[in-house]
Amino acid sequence: MNDLTLRQWLLADAPTSRRHARLSSLYKGWLTLRTNSMAMVGLTILVLLVFTAVFAPVLAPHDPFSQDLASRLQPIGTGGHLLGTDSLGRDILSRLIYGARITLYIVALVALIAPVAGLLVGTVAGYAGGWTDVVLMRITDIFLAFPRLVLALAFVAALGAGIENAVLAISLTAWPPYARMSRAETLTIRSTDYINAIRLQGAGPLRIITRHIWPLCISSLIVRVTLDMAGIILAAAGLGFLGLGAQPPSPEWGAMISEGRRFILDHWWVATVPGLAIFTVSLAFNLLGDGLRDALDPKDDGQ
Amino acid sequence: MTALEIRDLDVWFGHAHDRVDAVKGANLSVMQGESFGLVGESGSGKSTILRAITGLAPQWSGTIEVEGQTLSGAKRDRAFFRTVQMVFQDPYASLHPRHTVDQVLSETLHLHGLDNIDKRVAGLLDDVGLGQRFRFRYPHQLSGGQRQRVAIARALAGEPDILLLDEPTSALDVSVQAEVLNLLADLRTKHGLTYLMVSHDLPVIAHMCDQLAVMRNGEIVEVMSSATLRMGNPRHEYSQELLRASVAPQ
Repeated sequence: MNDLTLRQWLLADAPTSRRHARLSSLYKGWLTLRTNSMAMVGLTILVLLVFTAVFAPVLAPHDPFSQDLASRLQPIGTGGHLLGTDSLGRDILSRLIYGARITLYIVALVALIAPVAGLLVGTVAGYAGGWTDVVLMRITDIFLAFPRLVLALAFVAALGAGIENAVLAISLTAWPPYARMSRAETLTIRSTDYINAIRLQGAGPLRIITRHIWPLCISSLIVRVTLDMAGIILAAAGLGFLGLGAQPPSPEWGAMISEGRRFILDHWWVATVPGLAIFTVSLAFNLLGDGLRDALDPKDDGQ
Repeated sequence: MTALEIRDLDVWFGHAHDRVDAVKGANLSVMQGESFGLVGESGSGKSTILRAITGLAPQWSGTIEVEGQTLSGAKRDRAFFRTVQMVFQDPYASLHPRHTVDQVLSETLHLHGLDNIDKRVAGLLDDVGLGQRFRFRYPHQLSGGQRQRVAIARALAGEPDILLLDEPTSALDVSVQAEVLNLLADLRTKHGLTYLMVSHDLPVIAHMCDQLAVMRNGEIVEVMSSATLRMGNPRHEYSQELLRASVAPQ
């Protein structure tokens, strides 16, 4: 099957099987996303980030942990260190490359925990209504009322410093907005005729929530997650900066900024380079999120 | 035999001083195999009667009997859903935007505990005059009339005896309306269905139904045969007014 016929097959007006229909709608979404050049820039950066993380041992010119006090705080481009060295003479570029793994690890874990928890709480509260709704939403309000970093700090202080606990703490503070959002969506969805129709077929609440409400909440949730990713990376970096996230000598980007802070006036690159990395990845997530919103919005389906 | 019997039905929304009485003391009975129409202007409570029967309007009092079984509250059991099904007014709102026709129908069949789902889906699509090429389409790839056919197929999936039709054609183009009405008439003959049909369109009711009830402000003002309607001599003055309004040149 050559390229043209595959394309025609994917864009067929009348799909011939379940798999065909699903692939076809995915492909149409991809086409919408591809027309958005900014989103493609974001996607490219993120693909590069994943690539970097996977091939870190091959890409990194030096060992990220090997110290060389004789050549400490080398400026950018000297002595074979493309982005200079930090206060212990470690190659900043290599540390940045290995740090991509930690960043992705944090992002992936938080993206698995927080939206799922929020979706669960929000849709159950929205669909059940009554007391369930009141109790679940007041709990959500309590979590929302705390400043995010302060709450995360409290959790980390209670659980102990470390990257896993930082992820857990960030997730615990990140789920309430998702819960609020999916509850609001559920409230509009649950009174529609297509939900009434499936209720008249005898479907129970579990089936309605998981099969009928979740698919409609998920697209806006994905958009919201990608938009929040920047904030999550920054929160992780913030915890790292405060010494409560990744522990030295781990090359976490926030921790690297924290280390470079002492020399920021004389040796600006030590803190600036990881800062730029955080900035780039955050920006990439924001751009992609913006594009995904256009591609996934179910309200555009009718047109 | 009586398929559907309603006595002294009151339906209301809200509580205490916010309470709105949508239906007041309605009585009607539909015989097995009969097609019964409910007419009235918007807000007269005709759709609310259907919603009370299906449990979608939970606050009601009186007696509703379906094939001799008395209903209570808003809970309906599986046997009820296999006896009574409903077609909604707006086919643009009654199909899940993310489910293909195939998903809609096979899930419904699965919920009714039927086997041989693949063959039945094909059969249902043939029944409502949609070809197999529509099987894996999403609702947004269908026209209004095609969507309503899918909704009718979904209602028929559990092989019900009674079909509640909530203005099934009012959201459609005039040309498509006739097609869907003829389809409904054919299906009734083919499957021996009982219809309770709501409409604000007197000609539609006169064409489709044997008996009809005229509603105003939540009350049934007159029950008559459609022969009486066609001859143009309803007794109640409001019915006469409705008739004059619908035959007047537009």
